[in-house]
Amino acid sequence: MNTGPVVVVDYDAGNLRSVARALTHVGADPVVSADPDDILNAGAVVLPGVGAAADTMFKLGERRLVEPIKEYLAANRPFLGVCMGLHALLLRSEEGGGQDCLGVLDGDARLFPAGAGLKVPHMGWNTVEWLREHPITEGVPNGSYFYFVHSYYPHSDAPGLALGETEYGVVFPSVLASGYVVATQFHPEKSGRDGLRIYRNFVDWARSGESVPLPSATLVS
Amino acid sequence: MLTRRIIPCFDVDNGRVVKGVSFVELRDAGDPVELARLYEREGADELVFLDITASSDNRSTTYDMVERTADQVFIPFTVGGGIRSVVDMKVMLELGAEKVSINTSAIQQPDLINEGAYRFGSQAVVVAIDARRVPGEQGKWEVYTHGGRNPAGLDAVEWAVEATGRGAGELLVTSMDTDGHLKGYDNAMLRAISEAVQVPVIASGGAGGPEHMVEALTEGKADAVLAASIFHFGTYSIREVKEYLAAAGLPVRPVQRD
Repeated sequence: MNTGPVVVVDYDAGNLRSVARALTHVGADPVVSADPDDILNAGAVVLPGVGAAADTMFKLGERRLVEPIKEYLAANRPFLGVCMGLHALLLRSEEGGGQDCLGVLDGDARLFPAGAGLKVPHMGWNTVEWLREHPITEGVPNGSYFYFVHSYYPHSDAPGLALGETEYGVVFPSVLASGYVVATQFHPEKSGRDGLRIYRNFVDWARSGESVPLPSATLVS
Repeated sequence: MLTRRIIPCFDVDNGRVVKGVSFVELRDAGDPVELARLYEREGADELVFLDITASSDNRSTTYDMVERTADQVFIPFTVGGGIRSVVDMKVMLELGAEKVSINTSAIQQPDLINEGAYRFGSQAVVVAIDARRVPGEQGKWEVYTHGGRNPAGLDAVEWAVEATGRGAGELLVTSMDTDGHLKGYDNAMLRAISEAVQVPVIASGGAGGPEHMVEALTEGKADAVLAASIFHFGTYSIREVKEYLAAAGLPVRPVQRD
C-alpha cells in the first residue's frame, strides 16, 4: 500500500503548475517539492517537463534530484513522466548534439524528420492507439485525442515497453509503460477530459497498492 | 492523425471580455474564465486571450484571469498583449498560460524571441504578425505594429522566416485587410508564409463561416484557424464548424458528448 502523497518534482519545469492543477482537479492533493526526502517517501511521483533535454538534465542535477529519482524508481514504485519527463527517463536524446538522460527506460529521443510538409514541432491534438491493456488507460477509448508539443519523439526497440502509439511522419510510442513507470509524450494536463482521466487512473493505480513486477525492460539497477 | 485546430479568441480589457459576447447560457458573458470553460466543453482545441488593457497598472486583473483560467480549463491557452520582456513571459507562463504571443515587442526587440525560446522553449513563444497587402504588388504583404496602426517596414514573409529562425514555435498571422469583414482569410498570404516556415501557422482575420476555415486550411495551408465573432455571436458553434471541416475531409478532434 502506497500511503505517501503524490509528489510533483519541482525543478522549475514550465508545466509544473499545470500538472499540479490537473492532479488537484482529480483529488490527488499533490505536493510540489524538490526535497529528496519527499520523493523517497512519496506514494507516487510525477515528473513534468517542457523545453530542452540538456536544460532538464542540468536542472535535475543542479537540484540533486537524479539520485533520489533513481533510488525511488529502483524500488519499482508509481512514477509518471510527462513530455520532457518521458525523455528524461530514456537512455539519451539527440537534442542539442546529444544528451545522456536517466537511463531508466530502454530507448532514445530522436528529431522528427522535417520536410515533406511535416511541420516541427509536432503541435496539436493527435490520436493514441493503445497496444495493450493497462490500469492508466481505463475508460480512455482507443484512438482518443491528446495534446502534443514536441520536436523529438521517443524511439524504443525494447519489447513490451510501448503502451500507446501515435503517427506523425513516423509511428512512435507516445506512451511507455514498464512496471510501475508510465510516461506520456503528450500533455494529459492540457488534454481535456481524457487527459484528466489519465491522471485519475494513475493516482488510483498508485493508491491501489497493486503489486507490479519489476520488468526486464527497466534498466535501473 | 494530427488534427487541425479551432481556436476561439477573446479580447480582454481589465479582465473582462469585450466586443459583446452573447451567450444565453452564461451567467456572466463578460467573464473570460466562464467563457473559456464553455468553449472547452464545446470542443475548442485551444484558446487565445488578447489583453488590450491600455494601462499597465491594471495587469493584476489579467494575472488573476490567467490564473483562474488555468485552475479550471484543461486545454492549452495563449496570452498575448502587453508582453514586452522575458519577465512578462515568465509571469504569464508561471500563472498557467501554455504560450505567450508577442507582436509589436518582437519587432521592436527581436532578441526577445531568442531569449524567450531559450528560457521557455520555442513551443511557448508565438509570434503574432499583423500584415496588409502592399497595393499594386502581387504577393507582397507589409507588417504593421500597434494593433495594425503603424507600418513596420518589414515584408511579412521575410519577417515570418526571421521570427522562426530566432525561435518562434508558432506564428499567428492576421490580415488587416480581411479582419472584421467576415468574408474569409487572406489565403494567399497564409500560403506564402506557411510554405516559407517549418512551424505551425494559425490563420486569423476574416472568418465569416466554416467554409472560410476550410479555405484557410487548404488553400492557405494553415495548421489552425482562429476566430472571434462568429463564435461569440453564436453564428456557428465549434461543433458545427468541426462537423463542416470533417465533411470537407479535414482531420478534426471530434467534440465529446457529455
